Amino acid sequence: MGRYLLKRLWHTVYVVVGISIISFFFIHLSGDPVMLMLPGDASMAEVETLRQQLGFNDPLYVQYWHFASRAVTGDLGVSLYHRVPAIRLIMERLPASLELAGAAMLIALVVAIPLGVISAVKRGSLWDMSSMLGALFGLSMPHFWLGIMLILLFSVTLGWLPTSGRGTLAQLVMPSLALGLSLMAMFARLTRSVMLEVLSLDYVRTARAKGLREKIVIGKHALRNALIPLVTVAGMQFGFLIGGTVIIETVFAWPGVGRLVVQAIFSRDYPLVQATVLVLAVIFVVVNLLVDLIYLYLDPQISYLEQK
Amino acid sequence: MWVVSSRMLSIRNLKTYFRTPKGLARAVDGVSLDIGPGEVVGVVGESGCGKSVMALSILGLLPRPPAYFAGGEILFNDQDLLKFKPDEMRRLRGNQISMIFQEPMSALNPVFTVGNQLQEVFQVHRNLGRAEALQNAIDMLAKVGVPAPERRVREYPYQLSGGMRQRVMIAMALACRPALLLADEPTTALDVSIQAQIIELMTALKEELDTAILLITHDLGVVAEITRRVAVMYTGKIMEEAPTLDLFDAPLHPYTRGLLTSIPRADASFETESLTEIKGVVPSVAALPPGYHFEPRCPEAIDICRAQAPALEEARPGHRVACWRAAHA
Ligand SMILES: Nc1ncnc2c1ncn2[C@@H]1O[C@H](COP(=O)(O)OP(=O)(O)OP(=O)(O)O)[C@@H](O)[C@H]1O
Ligand SMILES: [Mg+2]
Repeated sequence: MGRYLLKRLWHTVYVVVGISIISFFFIHLSGDPVMLMLPGDASMAEVETLRQQLGFNDPLYVQYWHFASRAVTGDLGVSLYHRVPAIRLIMERLPASLELAGAAMLIALVVAIPLGVISAVKRGSLWDMSSMLGALFGLSMPHFWLGIMLILLFSVTLGWLPTSGRGTLAQLVMPSLALGLSLMAMFARLTRSVMLEVLSLDYVRTARAKGLREKIVIGKHALRNALIPLVTVAGMQFGFLIGGTVIIETVFAWPGVGRLVVQAIFSRDYPLVQATVLVLAVIFVVVNLLVDLIYLYLDPQISYLEQK
Repeated sequence: MWVVSSRMLSIRNLKTYFRTPKGLARAVDGVSLDIGPGEVVGVVGESGCGKSVMALSILGLLPRPPAYFAGGEILFNDQDLLKFKPDEMRRLRGNQISMIFQEPMSALNPVFTVGNQLQEVFQVHRNLGRAEALQNAIDMLAKVGVPAPERRVREYPYQLSGGMRQRVMIAMALACRPALLLADEPTTALDVSIQAQIIELMTALKEELDTAILLITHDLGVVAEITRRVAVMYTGKIMEEAPTLDLFDAPLHPYTRGLLTSIPRADASFETESLTEIKGVVPSVAALPPGYHFEPRCPEAIDICRAQAPALEEARPGHRVACWRAAHA
């Protein structure tokens, strides 16, 4: 088991380095920030001096080397716009984004798994058909539109929930729902199809042949196996969820990394963009590592195969 | 008058059908079979003839839909299992009637330990606590010849060989000393050397626990060795049923004779050798035309066989056969 984790950890390093290289070059292809940093009437000489100062005249791989060697010490550069270390800006905003993504994931799983299980068990019933129809709607609704509709209904019309900001539980409800609904729909459909498959397997029949209660046959023998693919997909989807926060944070004025990076992109604050991409990549990779840990727990065969 | 039934299980004219996209599949079509207490009855027949469906019908383990019971009754100690409520049925399973399956590989849950899966039986039927149930599980594993049972209970199914897994399945099935064990090809998936051990184990435990066994198998050698009576099935119907010795000595049905002569050695299985003596292939039970389904393959068919399927009739005492010629010979 230790060896398995070590191997995964090593993979993680590769992935982070890869992402940092790719994002670095893409961002530098997207235009010259120096022009934006100086007033419009700056002379060519002034531009050239600043370029020299910031190291923009060095070959790209030298620039990357500078960036990377500073990054491993935790220095991700200084925001051109805010004039403070990028990492500090990100760390200030990160808890808000993780809270939003985590809440969205939690809502999605907590609702979708029971929904999908009941649909699978009562396949073809009215419950099954209506919840799967609902899931289809949920899947096809864009985040921002759903967010706006929620605001219209719960804030404007009913006045139950605040439209924006962060701090109270009431403020978390709508953004996380808007972010998590499509995921919820996807998980519900996935849970249903995985459960249908598992329920037809031999060991479920064995469990019934033993005289176990249906509650245990489904809740223990079938669900525990169905969770294995679900956890994999949930881990992968967490990355997309982080991506989704960019839009939702803007709609609900949620003070997270998503809004920070949108502002950074518009102001060509390339060190901040670069730093954010890297931090998000690390988070993505860490989440996948966590998924691997859960996997080890859920599927005893993995650690066994790795030992061999 | 008080009648003591000698039949613990009495299947009467059982019809288990499946609604499939291709039409109605009459998987079990009017089967009658009795099993007395402690008796070992064999059921043989080519693949797809409805052996498993019959066994699963007894325990109510078929997915409904597509399966449904179109008629008949399954009397267990004179109570019709087909009329049991789900919870009554559940209490019977693994307790009074147990089943073991062909594939020990997939029959055990991969994510729970052997001990966990075994102790459940004691927890649900004997209301034992965890620790006590686990101790019982260990004892049961020892009984079925699993070495180092204290260690094995903590292992997962994939850590066990096929033979060991089938022993675990047997331990699970016999944990509550059931009156009847339905063994659906318990050795087919195992190595030949292991097969004999498993059969030996089942016979030994049968003696000790006095469990009746319905043994479904392709292995006529095993049938000859341990069963007292045997039924031959074809397309959902019983073609011939007789005391085992009688059937091997003087088979009455052309189909039975085909099965017997297609294997030169008694220990061979007719599934591996092809049925050279019986021409043609088994028709699928899905959307079978009316009439007598063996007639096209029967070397001895006469006019009446084409017109009407023969009923299962007693040709000699205890020897039933469904064949126009044999029954009236
Ligand atoms: N779930 C199902 N849905 C539809 N038809 C089924 C189903 N299960 C079984 N059948 C039908 O019942 C017939 C008998 O199947 P069964 O499994 O009882 O055969 P068997 O005699 O046990 O064969 P084998 O020796 O291969 O195990 C099959 O041919 C199939 O057409
Ligand atoms: Mg079968």
